[in-house]
Amino acid sequence: MTDVVSPAAGIPKAKSVRRDIGIKRRYAAERRFRAYGIAALSFGIIFLMLLLWSVVSKGYTAFQQTMITMPVEFSQQIIDPQNERATNPQKLMTANYPVVARNALAKLLNVSVDDRVAARAVSQMLSDGVRVQLRDLVVANPAIIGTTQTVRLLASGDIDSAYKGQIDLNVGQENRKINDQQLGWMTQLSDSGALAKHFNSGIFVNGASSRPEAAGVGVALIGSFYMMLIVLVLALPIGVAASIYLEEFAPKNKFTDLIEVNINNLAAVPSIVYGLLGLAVFVNFMGLPRSASFVGGLVLTLMTLPTIIIATRAALKAVPPSIRAAALGLGASKMQTIFHHVLPLAMPGILTGTIIGLAHALGETAPLLLIGMVAFVANYPTTPLDPSTALPVQIYMWANEAERAFVERTSGAIIILLLFLILMNVGAILLRRRFERRW
Amino acid sequence: MNMMSESAVEKALDQKMSDASHKMIGKDVSVYYGEKRALFDVNLNVRENTVTALIGPSGCGKSTFLRCLNRMNDTIENCRVTGKITLDTDDIYDNNIDVVELRARVGMVFQKPNPFPKTIYENISYGPRIHGLSKNKADMDQIVEASLQRAGLWGEVKDRLHESGTGLSGGQQQRLCIARAIAVSPEVILMDEPCSALDPIATAKVEELIHELRANYTIVIVTHSMQQAARVSQRTAMFHLGQLVEENDTDKMFTNPDDQRTQDYIMGRFG
Repeated sequence: MTDVVSPAAGIPKAKSVRRDIGIKRRYAAERRFRAYGIAALSFGIIFLMLLLWSVVSKGYTAFQQTMITMPVEFSQQIIDPQNERATNPQKLMTANYPVVARNALAKLLNVSVDDRVAARAVSQMLSDGVRVQLRDLVVANPAIIGTTQTVRLLASGDIDSAYKGQIDLNVGQENRKINDQQLGWMTQLSDSGALAKHFNSGIFVNGASSRPEAAGVGVALIGSFYMMLIVLVLALPIGVAASIYLEEFAPKNKFTDLIEVNINNLAAVPSIVYGLLGLAVFVNFMGLPRSASFVGGLVLTLMTLPTIIIATRAALKAVPPSIRAAALGLGASKMQTIFHHVLPLAMPGILTGTIIGLAHALGETAPLLLIGMVAFVANYPTTPLDPSTALPVQIYMWANEAERAFVERTSGAIIILLLFLILMNVGAILLRRRFERRW
Repeated sequence: MNMMSESAVEKALDQKMSDASHKMIGKDVSVYYGEKRALFDVNLNVRENTVTALIGPSGCGKSTFLRCLNRMNDTIENCRVTGKITLDTDDIYDNNIDVVELRARVGMVFQKPNPFPKTIYENISYGPRIHGLSKNKADMDQIVEASLQRAGLWGEVKDRLHESGTGLSGGQQQRLCIARAIAVSPEVILMDEPCSALDPIATAKVEELIHELRANYTIVIVTHSMQQAARVSQRTAMFHLGQLVEENDTDKMFTNPDDQRTQDYIMGRFG
């Protein structure tokens, strides 16, 4: 560039006429721009890693639960002293099972149950959830009364936290929830193999509980599942039909322009406003039950519709006009053109939009708080009209709890939620691949 | 087919052409896109079993006129057509005419090959299926084979009927589109610059095909290539600024046109 020798005489040298176009600056700008991009990406990746690490490191312990395996004597003396279980079905439901469990543990530790302070300390090592555990065993099979069975029982939340090393044991015993005597027993049981960590299936199936060791996201999972189902069944057909009408049939005039602007605005409306709308319309005006996943599903449908409509319209617009012309030229009606050719081609885009909308709805909390889904629900909802909670709301509620064991459960529930979101996104990708191959 | 019989066929066709009835008659056809007028009272007749070429510079209205013939302009918003166009004796803009039925009678091949992103078989069978032309699978197989045979594509694709139509080469795709149009047994085939996206070899094949199709169909072709018009057509119509300048036998058009503007355009003085 600097030493251009012009073979033709008289033609001025390129160097003298060519003005400085700043080639070096252009390359520098390009390098700088790339560096910005890489920096932005790294920044994002670092924060994502931090988030995941923080959640996983806090939450993975929630999937293990400290349990005590021991022989339990189902003493008729305690469960059914008057032997009236044949006539009074309530008897087995209301029997004093915690005492059965306490006696078993006291026996294992060689503690006399007559020593009331020690007996109390022993019973504190077991979760209150043993009442339900043992009751379920006895109700399922009353024949075990009077026998001794080896049963795996939940340790209390404090023992669980201590065993997982989440409680600072260096402070004095008066300042922690678990005293030195209980710690000694814990070590003793652990050494003998009776007390150990097991996979915690309870976190997936249990409902709400004020005892962290017995609390789970079971009800929330069912509630979220119902809501996703309702959103899918309502929002997908309505959204796709609305988009097809707007994109293919509606005349282009001021009115449809107005609708389009409003749909775009609705996508940006804060979700809590949809919650207020749901509260006013579905709960107050239409009288639908509060805390019900049906109402939650309706509210999330309203919230998801604009997302689906926008994605579907974009997908329909992206179908090349030549395909429409080809079908129309063959004598296909407009309807046939759309349903035989345009819609299948737009399907990957529609599905992606729908699943992103669903994932958005799955993680939505604010509108559900307003329609009362932030509730203590211990029983499984059998229909979408029964009270239930949702996964993100369960996380919100657990995050408000004081016990140490709820901290790991909060993170555990976040992991479950993230897993579902990843699952849905993988589903979106797989569906898109499948449809793209076919068409 | 040997040379003798080929020329005999040619002769028979030309005989048929000279006293051919007018397949489609356009009378005072004007087209408006909103306020803008694109065609000015065009009177043009399309003869049966004839290739009619529409030529003219860009934006002269030849494609617009072509699209009037099967009412593809209906799909454009603000487009208004006045005047009268008949197919045989039916006024195609009459309210009693079903546009779906019309497009089955007047097929169309587009500028860019636009096969459906489906299999070759489905591309051909789609038209007959929606028009109910086949009773069963064997019937459909026969229609597909016959259409591909006529489009001269059968030999090339018979072993991969169930592969995607978009996997073919550009020229094959365009012949697939022609086969697709033939499959619904149209009476007239409209071609909107069918070779403009093809290389010379593929163009030659399509032109050859147009030549053969003439025996069974009435063809109207829009083209930018003067040579192509001269090669494939028997009648040529020249458009300029939305007006029909001249319509004549192709031989006369390219040797001794009546209108000075035609002469200038063909000589390459404008356009």
